Amino acid sequence: MKILFQYIIFPGFLFTAIVGMIASWIDRKVTARVQWRVGPPILQPLYDFIKLLGKEIIIPKGASRGTFLLSPVFGMSAIVIVSTMLWLVILSPENSFTGDLIVILYLLVIPSIAVIIGAFASKNPLASLGASREMKLILAYELPFILIVFIPVIKAGYTIKLGELLAFQAKNGVFLNHPSCIIAFIVAIMCMQAKLTLVPFDMPEAETEIMGGAYIEYSGAPLGIYKLTRMMMLFVVPMFLVIMYMGGIIFEGWHILWGILKYVLLLVIIVLIRNTSPRVRIDQAMRFFWRPMTILAVVGVCLAYLGL
Amino acid sequence: MSIKLNALTKSLWVFHMAASPCNNCDIEILDALTPRHDIERFGMLLVGSIKHADVLLVTGCINKKVIDRMKRVYEQAPKPIIVVAVGGCACTGGMFRDSYNYAGPLDKVFPVDAYVPGCPPQPEALIDAVVKVINKLKGK
Repeated sequence: MKILFQYIIFPGFLFTAIVGMIASWIDRKVTARVQWRVGPPILQPLYDFIKLLGKEIIIPKGASRGTFLLSPVFGMSAIVIVSTMLWLVILSPENSFTGDLIVILYLLVIPSIAVIIGAFASKNPLASLGASREMKLILAYELPFILIVFIPVIKAGYTIKLGELLAFQAKNGVFLNHPSCIIAFIVAIMCMQAKLTLVPFDMPEAETEIMGGAYIEYSGAPLGIYKLTRMMMLFVVPMFLVIMYMGGIIFEGWHILWGILKYVLLLVIIVLIRNTSPRVRIDQAMRFFWRPMTILAVVGVCLAYLGL
Repeated sequence: MSIKLNALTKSLWVFHMAASPCNNCDIEILDALTPRHDIERFGMLLVGSIKHADVLLVTGCINKKVIDRMKRVYEQAPKPIIVVAVGGCACTGGMFRDSYNYAGPLDKVFPVDAYVPGCPPQPEALIDAVVKVINKLKGK
């Protein structure tokens, strides 16, 4: 019963959805202010979601029905599990098992894979184009992302428990004080942008060239679930970085505000990158991640190994 | 008023269908998204796929070549869908109504909820049309 409560209400589905919607509103509002516009009201993400639930669901002729309708649910359940695991660790570092870092790394890829499966199941050429781009993007950013995740692991004495990483940071100061982790953090911000498929890495759903790409055939409730997954990821992925490099959120007095400020800082960095850069081509993105970012990540690992 | 209808009127996503226009109306539609008018403050967005849309904006004089494609796009739209005819050509045919290949006006092809006359209409007229559509949906 307690586990069910944790997965469905706090800190699982409902909590993540609400905070994700607020994060998505902040994203749209800041974008509007940057462009000197007024921007949507605070309940806008909720209106969008309810409206999409009420629309007709169209399944394209020749599409694989079950896969097409189930893949959004796959992606969302994966992100809900990640959020629950992260928040249980933040609430008390004992709620952690050996290897949960690796489980989270796997689960964070599943939303992208769900998008790929759904797009291929829809039997639309533009959707398959978007899916193949998404696949190349995963290949590009996963290599530096996994390398930089192991820098804090080396610093904390080869532990792959999130709880021990947090306890280490509470005792010895946050990882961002070390030069190797500053390098890792820069690479992590770039990988986060690609993981959220935001500009400059939004080739899978390029609105202007392939009209929504992987999402082109989705309408009604499945599209709403995809949008909700995107909003949740806007909350969960920065939260993962906050735990890994910035010491998480400590629940006593002023530390709560300081913890929220860490997340908002990451969110504002995401929004500003999104608003100040153009979309790159897929080959440019792969070159960017495999050359400069991977080299930086390897340098970071070497520095961490030398104890810096 | 039901929650569903309330949410629909506050988040209208617009798909823009160009049925052989001269691009003047299309530029005025894009004007409505610029900082001066900013229709995103009412929750309206321009989407790329008809499957995501709630409003179908049609511009241009309908001819025999595009009429089949238009019907196909309308059938693919998830219901409920609101159709708005933008510009004199889409409303009545304008100066092209006597052409040999003219097949319009738009309300002969599928049902239309709002007409925005003008050559081209001003962005204010487009926003006024949307207000009228919302009032119609609410049953006022």
